[in-house]
Formats: sequence, structure tokens, C-alpha cells
Amino acid sequence: MLASLVGFLGDFDKAEEAAQEAFAIAAERWPASGAPVNPGAWLVTTARNRAIDRIRRERTLAQKIHLLPVPEAVMDVMDEFDDTVIKDERLELIFTCCHPALPLEGQVALTLRAMGGLETAEIARAFLVSEETMKRRLSRAKAKIKQAGIPFAVPAAHLLPDRLDAVLAVLYLIYNEGYNGRVDLAAEAIRLGRVLAALMPDEPEAHGLLALMMIHHARRRARFCGEDLVLLEDQDRSLWDPAQIAAGQAVLDRAVALGGRGAYVFQAAIASLQTAEPIDWPQVAEMYRRLAELTGSAVVELNHAAALAQAGDPAAALHAVDRLDLDRYLYFHSTRGELLRRLGRSAEARAAYRQALGLATSTPERRFLTRRLEQFSASPDPTTPP
Amino acid sequence: MQYALMIYAEPGRVETLSDAERLAARAEFSALADGSRITGDVELQSAETATCVRVAGGRTLMTDGPFADTKEVLGGFVLIEAANLDGATLAARIAADRVGGVVEVRPVVHADLD
Repeated sequence: MLASLVGFLGDFDKAEEAAQEAFAIAAERWPASGAPVNPGAWLVTTARNRAIDRIRRERTLAQKIHLLPVPEAVMDVMDEFDDTVIKDERLELIFTCCHPALPLEGQVALTLRAMGGLETAEIARAFLVSEETMKRRLSRAKAKIKQAGIPFAVPAAHLLPDRLDAVLAVLYLIYNEGYNGRVDLAAEAIRLGRVLAALMPDEPEAHGLLALMMIHHARRRARFCGEDLVLLEDQDRSLWDPAQIAAGQAVLDRAVALGGRGAYVFQAAIASLQTAEPIDWPQVAEMYRRLAELTGSAVVELNHAAALAQAGDPAAALHAVDRLDLDRYLYFHSTRGELLRRLGRSAEARAAYRQALGLATSTPERRFLTRRLEQFSASPDPTTPP
Repeated sequence: MQYALMIYAEPGRVETLSDAERLAARAEFSALADGSRITGDVELQSAETATCVRVAGGRTLMTDGPFADTKEVLGGFVLIEAANLDGATLAARIAADRVGGVVEVRPVVHADLD
């Protein structure tokens, strides 16, 4: 409803005001006269009409509303509100909320408020900030939309790839906030991902992101043991949700069928491969290689090397790792240490682990690395997996 | 010779003025124009409405807020008419690509006090 009104009025505050008025009228009338056949459409129409009345009253405001001249007789046109109209308006709203000219935190807050219908207080709680702070973020973002002339529109074709990337990044950011323990947001991100994939059925990356989030989400109950994070290989697979994994894989299949070769599609493919037993490591390594090609990320290269090692080729893995410029990155040194250990080069392995330990900032990391170093004084077994 | 005067205002100061004070300031400023010395002027909306545009690897990068780096220097400015921010950033992209730097896009205040 809000999406439809914002699209129509070109203004968040007015849309919210109009929606509230419509609800108030409904609360007054429906108990006496009964609810209309299509309550949603009734509310939207009533809210639009109220907003139009208001615009007529405040004539100076009319210049700021993008829909001019004010259409007559919207009152009776219920047919206008079929799914497609509302769908298009929701898509416009997503692109407006995730416009890169807005600060990222504003994009996230607006998306949750406008698309998810979360209350400001709920969003504030999810991001561990005060309601006042969240209100300021929202009103600042809304003000910029109005003053800087950010359009309510799906971007033109030549802008679409960049702008879609921005939308996907916001949804993934919301998901990752939830992934760190606040499950509500993860579920909300998946819901929004579904909406986006339905609105843009031909965009493989929209499906790729949805698949990635669903497959990760299916493993959420196995990710934590108390406060501690449980690594993939140590997770209790009986805690995974097989139905959701299958659903995520079906979405991934759709993305691939659409010719999807983007970063989210590859990440979803990796997540999907990692749910198999046993894991097809050569295939995982291949996916990481292509993802690295696409992103140019040294961290992805490091993951590629780790997958090569799991696939049984620690020498090739070490060769790949040694080319990377990640000297300040803990996992670069711990991965090198592990590869050297497997290749039986104990002294070098110990040195690498010591370097990793020097970069460790959290207690679990330090505990893990210290344990690894102690294992060298015990009997080293080069065939033990990590 | 022509000169451009880049007027950096204290943020928020203009908003504290009453309409009368703003009119007076405008009149005082217009007095400078005697003898047609001023050929045009604009007032920009507040810094919160700014968006910076740059081009990297063929992609347009947009960030919220005014340009606040010290390495690049102001090299000029143009006034354009665009339907909305997307139209304006499209033009900004072309300019940013040409100079290899950053273009700040800021809406202009309409002189409704005249």
C-alpha cells in the first residue's frame, strides 16, 4: 500500500500521512457498514483521494508533486489497482530506496521501512541504535530524495546493471546483519529478495542473491554452538533445513538457466556445492576461480587456494597463495601455515602460524591458533584435514 | 576578464535568516550588479543534498554528501537542466570521466524570493 502511494505521490511523508488517514476512515466506517470486497484497493483509493484533496487545498505544494495534473475520477477506478500496477510501483520504490546517492545506512533503513513495513523502532533495535537516530536517518534520506530530485523510477537500461547491483548490495547487507545472530532481519532480507526476484524475473543476479541467502539461511541453526561460531566442516548437518536448501537450489537453477554468471550466482553455487556430502572440492575450486576472475578479490583467491587444497592439491594451493598480497590478513598466514603443514614443511608452517597469531584480535582466533602451534610439538600428521 | 566567485557559506547559516533578512542580503548583493557586473548567480541547496559522481573502471560510482577531499581542485562548473537526479548524474558522469576526477551535483535554490 505504501509503495503504491509513494509511487503516486512522489513523497514518503505524504504517503504515510494519507495511509494513516485512510486507516482512520476505515476504522470508523467498516464496523458499521462492513469491510469492502477488496479492502486493500479500498484503502489505496481512499488514501489517494485524501491526498489529492490535501494537494488541492495546499496549492503551492502542487508543484512538488510529480503527478500533475491531478487525475479526475480515481475514486471509482478500482480496476486500476491490479497486481501489475502495484508491482511496478514497488519496483520503483526499491530502486528509489536503494539509490546510491543516499547514504548506505539510509538506503538500508528506507528499504526496511518502505518495503518491509517494519516500524522505525524495530529497525532501530535491529541495528542497535536509538529510535531517535533511526528517525533522523530516515528523515534525512527522505529529505534528500525530495530536495535532490531522486526519481521514483526504474532506471534506464544502460544504468540498470549498476543500479541493480546497489539494490542487491542493500538486501545482502540486511541479510548479513541477520546472519550475525539477529534472525528477523535475515528472514526479512529473504522475503525482500523474493519480492525482487518476482518483480525482475529475468535478472539472474536477483535469483542468484535469493538462492545464496536461502541456502545460507537453511544452515543457520548449525552455525552457532552457544556463543561460538561453528565452521562449515564441523556443523551438525542434521540441524540443516533440507527443504529450504532444495528450494534455494531450485532458485539457483533458475538463475543459471537465465545465463547467470555473476558474483551472486557463483557464491550461491559454492554454498550449494558445500551442502553436498561429500563436497565436490574440485568443482568448488573452479567456482572460486571464476568468482575471483570476476571480482579480482585477493580474499576470494585465498578461498580458491583453500578449495584446491581440499581437492587434494596443497602444492598448487601454496603456489596460488604465495602470489597474493595479503600480508596484513590473518587468514592468509593461517592458510599458508596449514598448506605448509600438509606439505610436511613444519618449520615454515610454524612461522606462518606465529605470524597469524600476531594478527589475531579475538579470543577464539587466538585459542585456535595456539592449539595449532601446540600440535607441532605433538606428532604431526600431514594427512589430517584442517 | 570574467571571474567566477565561488561562495562558501557557513553550513546552516542561510537557514537561520528570516525571509526579510534574505531579501535584504539579496538586495545588497544585487547592488553589486550595477553596471551589469554580475552576469548570473545561483544559490545552491544545502550540502546535505549533494551527491558526488566519479568513474572507475567504466562504472559510475555515486556517493552521498559534498566533495571533501583536498587533492583535487575546483576546475570549473556548469549549470544544467535535468528532469531529476539521474539525468543530472548522467551529465556529471561524462564530465567526471573526462577530467578523471569527481563532480559534485547539487540542486540549485529557485529564486522564489524575487
